Amino acid sequence: MTVDNKINSFQDLQKKAKKLQQQSDSADLAFSICSGPGCKAYNSEDLYSAILEEIKKNNIKEKDRIIVRRTGCHGYCEMGPIVIVYPKDICYFRVKKEDIPEVFSKALKGEVVERLLYKDDRGNPIIKESDIPFYKFQKRILLNNHLKIDSKNIDDYIMGGGYQSLAKVLREMSPEEVIEEVKKSGLRGRGGGGFPTGIKWETTRNAKSEPKYIIVNADEGDPGAYMDRGILEGNPHSVLEGLMIGAYAIGSNMGFVYVRQEYPITVENLNIAIDQAREYGLIGKNILGSGFGFDIKVHKGAGSYVSGESSALTTAIEGSVGEPRLKYIHTSVSGLLGKPTNLNNVETFANIPLIIRNGADWFRSMGTKTSTGTKIFSLVGKVKNTGLVEVPMGISLRDIIYKIGGGIKDDKKFKAVQTGGPSGGVIPEQLLDLPVDFDELTKAGSMMGSGGMVVMDECSCMVNVAHYFLKFLADESCGKCVPCREGLRQMLYIYERIMEGKGREEDLTLLEDLSMLLREASLCALGTTAPNIVLTTLKYFKEEYEAHIYYNMCPAKMCSQLITYVIDKNKCAGCGICIKICPVDAIKGESKKPHTIDTEICIKCGSCIEACPEKYSAIEKKTGLVKEGVIQGEKES
Amino acid sequence: MNDKKVDTNRKKINLTIDDKKIEINDGDTILQAAKKIGIHIPTLCYNEKIKPHGACRLCLVEIEKRGRSKIVASCAYPAEEGLMVKTESPGVEKIRKNLVELYLALFPFNPEIKKLARKYKLTRSRFKKENNYCILCGLCVRYCREVKGYNAVGFAGRGTDKKVVFIPESSYFKYCEKCMECMNICPTGVFPSNYGLARIPQINK
Repeated sequence: MTVDNKINSFQDLQKKAKKLQQQSDSADLAFSICSGPGCKAYNSEDLYSAILEEIKKNNIKEKDRIIVRRTGCHGYCEMGPIVIVYPKDICYFRVKKEDIPEVFSKALKGEVVERLLYKDDRGNPIIKESDIPFYKFQKRILLNNHLKIDSKNIDDYIMGGGYQSLAKVLREMSPEEVIEEVKKSGLRGRGGGGFPTGIKWETTRNAKSEPKYIIVNADEGDPGAYMDRGILEGNPHSVLEGLMIGAYAIGSNMGFVYVRQEYPITVENLNIAIDQAREYGLIGKNILGSGFGFDIKVHKGAGSYVSGESSALTTAIEGSVGEPRLKYIHTSVSGLLGKPTNLNNVETFANIPLIIRNGADWFRSMGTKTSTGTKIFSLVGKVKNTGLVEVPMGISLRDIIYKIGGGIKDDKKFKAVQTGGPSGGVIPEQLLDLPVDFDELTKAGSMMGSGGMVVMDECSCMVNVAHYFLKFLADESCGKCVPCREGLRQMLYIYERIMEGKGREEDLTLLEDLSMLLREASLCALGTTAPNIVLTTLKYFKEEYEAHIYYNMCPAKMCSQLITYVIDKNKCAGCGICIKICPVDAIKGESKKPHTIDTEICIKCGSCIEACPEKYSAIEKKTGLVKEGVIQGEKES
Repeated sequence: MNDKKVDTNRKKINLTIDDKKIEINDGDTILQAAKKIGIHIPTLCYNEKIKPHGACRLCLVEIEKRGRSKIVASCAYPAEEGLMVKTESPGVEKIRKNLVELYLALFPFNPEIKKLARKYKLTRSRFKKENNYCILCGLCVRYCREVKGYNAVGFAGRGTDKKVVFIPESSYFKYCEKCMECMNICPTGVFPSNYGLARIPQINK
């Protein structure tokens, strides 16, 4: 790129988009290879180089005849790496490097490689992505843009009408009109709080002090969640455009992107995007000849979950330890360096250009009355189809898990779904028809959060699950205020006690009292939402707690202190495989005779169960061990 | 929303604390206002000389604003016109009682904690005793930084592993012997002994 590439006016931008579109249309073939975090782990980079090699081998010289794009996450990570061949929209799953020559030669002839297509329940192949059940029930207004965009190439974004919303705003709309439009759309913050974006912008705009700052919160720290990563990595320009529209609306000329250091590809793509936008004159002084100037700085986080909290984030950018501060004066009035600061989540900003382009009414047409638009969830856990899903607000959890997710893995029984990351709660089977929106989830004791969704089957122990998330929060708490630090510490003691079978009758009351304390008295949202997991598991799965406390039983057979491994004498053929595999030599027995496990030595690692041949399946987990070493409780598992 | 905490003309504002009316300067906190009319709100991490920290949560009070009530830390909440404050509402008392029980497991010897424990008739804590007496109020750290400008004490770690540490490498550590002002601030009295421990390598030299 040269300096001549600078886009100086709205007309230039449109001309450029048109030219790029023509170039793209004239191409015979286009490959979109998913380069999202999931597919990259499956070596999708190799596919890219393999296709380039094929182009070389086939002596295709005209550079533009075949376009190869490395795109952002397509969502269906379970089936990666994903390759889509245009113009016919043929969608291939689980593509390996060895498949590429065949895919390539058939694509040249306009044919399809059937074995790489998606097969439905009856085994019929499906060609187009949009016909596959996983995608069919989604509403992908944000994620679908990824498919035709090489995340490292600004031209692809401009071709699809990118930066035209910014141009529209700069040319036709006053800041107040922009805020009014966003307010009308009903967009609520996607980071978890669900605060109306338009109102936040208005408060920042009305704050008297200057200069004002605008920040993208990309400190996505929930375990198993990667919505923001998916957007920022796959389509960074959409976030930058939204950020600039926001900056124009609140009257800011300086923006920050606070991004996790643990996302190196995101940081790389983001920096490339900013550099390219700067070269095109879309960031800098006098953008598109409008007189509006804006600059962006990328701030890499230092690995702290609590820094995603707005006041902690601004403190972290200032260079101090990321600790939440007292927020009785809002960040939008006094935030970064004591100046009015507007802070929104990645997904919130990505929605802005779409709202400006299609209008607030279009956005309102999706979702429910109080929660408009779509929401991206990261569907993980014991569900058949895992990945990023984008659904209209108000869809039921059952639809997400069964229609999009395809149901529970290995056809086990559903137990609970945890929404909203570690700060959220669990939702049981009886509430599965709950519409997913900000208010309904809160009513059920959980929260929308940033969009993590962990599905759990019958093998998950709810006490164990609650302990896991509390441990995470205790490690990630900043440790500033007493209820959060000491409360979480005491809660962990109680949970450890219960999981060891040493739980006391008063423990459940203690947990409730502590939960109340954390919820009411903590300084920031990490503390006030931490009890969600405790309270929801207590509310919906109290019998599991009671089984642990009163009967020393873990119904899901997960808490290692409460289970015993036993070999069924009638089933064991004495093959000796488990004897060899046991790391502590706890299994004894002669060849061809039933073996036994010495429970004193056994460390309950579970290796023997995995090793026992399926035809015997002689080893079982039993729970209900009472102190004398007698097995009580279930006779059969 | 209160837009400013600018104290240019120090406007006067009226509020009610525990049914007592009071007129104070704009920008004052609820705690300051309460002090003026002799209402005692318990605190541990508050000191007039330094900025409010909001960590001990003992000073929580219930405020009523536009018909909605909310629990806030009075040491930092700026008083507003027409605010109704209750320092001992049932909600606040419940929180404080649980909080005191948590403190009893952490540091039972502070006079304020003792007094509150008597008030709530708490003789023992249901929680597991901690071996570390420090309550991480941060008074020493903040006093050293804000009042003395030394930064010889700091926080290390986070979450449940957080602790207060001396920074013997700090170029200001040599002033500690002469200053010692932080010693009297510590609400637990653990701090001076920590100081002794931190000095052992120095003494050995």
